[in-house]
Amino acid sequence: MYGSTNLTEEEAKRMSTTQEDPEKLEAFEARIARGEKIEPQDWMPAEYRKQLIRMIEQHAHSEIVGALPEGTWITRAPNFRRKLALIAKVQDEVGHGQLLYSAAETLGKTREQMLNDLMSGKSKYSNIFNYPAVTWADIAVIGFLVDGAAIVNQTINSKGSYGPYCRALERICYEESFHLKQGHDNVVYLATGSKIQRDMLQAAINRWYRPLLHFFGPPDKMSAHSEKLMKWKVKLASNDEMRNQFLDMYVPKILELGLTFPDPNLRKNNEGIWEFSDPDWDEFKRVINGDGPCNKERLAVRRYAEEAGRWVRQALMNPKDKYQVPLA
Amino acid sequence: MSNAIKDLLFKMADDALIIGHRNSEWTGIGPMLEEDLAFSSMAQDKIGHAQALYTILHESFGEPSPDQLGFLRTEAAFRCCRFVEQPIGEYDFSIVRQFLFDHAEYIRYDLLAQSTCKPLALLAKKVKGEIKYHVLHGDTFFKQLAQGTEESKARMQSALREAWHQALGIFEKSEFEEELIAQGVFAGEDELKKRWLAKVTAVVEAAGLQIPETIESKIDFGGRRGYHSEYLKQLLDEMTEVVRLDINAEW
Repeated sequence: MYGSTNLTEEEAKRMSTTQEDPEKLEAFEARIARGEKIEPQDWMPAEYRKQLIRMIEQHAHSEIVGALPEGTWITRAPNFRRKLALIAKVQDEVGHGQLLYSAAETLGKTREQMLNDLMSGKSKYSNIFNYPAVTWADIAVIGFLVDGAAIVNQTINSKGSYGPYCRALERICYEESFHLKQGHDNVVYLATGSKIQRDMLQAAINRWYRPLLHFFGPPDKMSAHSEKLMKWKVKLASNDEMRNQFLDMYVPKILELGLTFPDPNLRKNNEGIWEFSDPDWDEFKRVINGDGPCNKERLAVRRYAEEAGRWVRQALMNPKDKYQVPLA
Repeated sequence: MSNAIKDLLFKMADDALIIGHRNSEWTGIGPMLEEDLAFSSMAQDKIGHAQALYTILHESFGEPSPDQLGFLRTEAAFRCCRFVEQPIGEYDFSIVRQFLFDHAEYIRYDLLAQSTCKPLALLAKKVKGEIKYHVLHGDTFFKQLAQGTEESKARMQSALREAWHQALGIFEKSEFEEELIAQGVFAGEDELKKRWLAKVTAVVEAAGLQIPETIESKIDFGGRRGYHSEYLKQLLDEMTEVVRLDINAEW
């Protein structure tokens, strides 16, 4: 699961001033324009490499941090079917993390470095995982709507220009489509169940509405643009375009189950664009910068896993082995 | 006869459910991503085995549905050994438990493939093929960590010492033991223990560690008769937190 790629203004400014060999750059851009994929051994601009590492790394972090809120409910899933499905689903997310770290490693940064940057806070992960899964119904909503939002984003990104990332995303999207089914199934059971179940589902939708709007990043008018990222097919759709696609696909599915969203201004206008109340973008910024309900807890769990597992990794290390960049 | 078989099925199903639940607790916190994935796979297999065994109880012995058996019985009705109830602890304990427990599981299912209880014999043949990989995982990590760094060697020996008398609790006999053997349902806990001891001793010694001395009075018995460690109730309370919100609802 993953949100959106956003540049800070500073980064966007720096990008536009990087100097590259004009001939090589022209050939590179022509390849992308022809729809060719860029492979690890190919020449690429330093900024392209850097932005891709950043994006794939963040995506990988999002997968393994995303496993935490759902993982806490594996031990409480209410029957065999749900328990088995949830373990398998969260296992998939960790597997996606593994796959994506390998894809990022082809660009020259090791998994260990990436995990260190995650723990130091230097590298980010999707903001949505800084919110808690309060009840079992949150698991249903995450499985259906957060995974649904991630599929919108990842399907678009799988059409990008970097071969290893695209191939990883294609496989990820395939698995995510099963997650969506189990999430939808869970939502339907709660929506058509007892009053306790319906009430907990509605409360969960109310809780996740704003984080879901935040998921795709700030509105286009607020975010730093990079034509270059679009030209290089690192970014393929704007935040607003992806958000609108998500709302178009999922709002009707929730409404038809007799559920509501906690926003009287949520509606589709005559041009087919969804309108909604301001979801408090200041909160989005606060949470991204570390002040969300679960930021500290998420990183603390990752640090615990790293520290508690260090002796295992050290013992398994063969001093004769050399680090090898994974095959693309 | 059916009470004897039911007792055997319950203890196996309860072992599988509880160890599966414990294995699943490694999700997100393993020493490396690959181990998160491995423990998660083993958890799914084990919980699936539990479900299959409860299904035999339901279909052939008139017991309630697998969900009711797994999620709505009281602590005292469980027949799992105390070994599987223990918290996951650190990775050294979890991997030693996995190693010791799965060798016993593999041999148990291997013996049960010849059982006169047909549905159990059929299931055992299938499950054996899955447990083979759990054993492979346990052996691989046990050996590598036992021969890794000074710290990992010391940790593995110490975890083995901690787990040993709990592991021997796997072989606690019930009142039906003689009957099961006489009817050809199961070769019995003594036979299982004998084979298990030979197997794990070979691996432990080849890895350069020592099998702890067995002191009979220290063996952690009780689970097979419904007397559990303090951890089972906590585990069941957590496991049934959602379903108890509305036990009549469909989840």
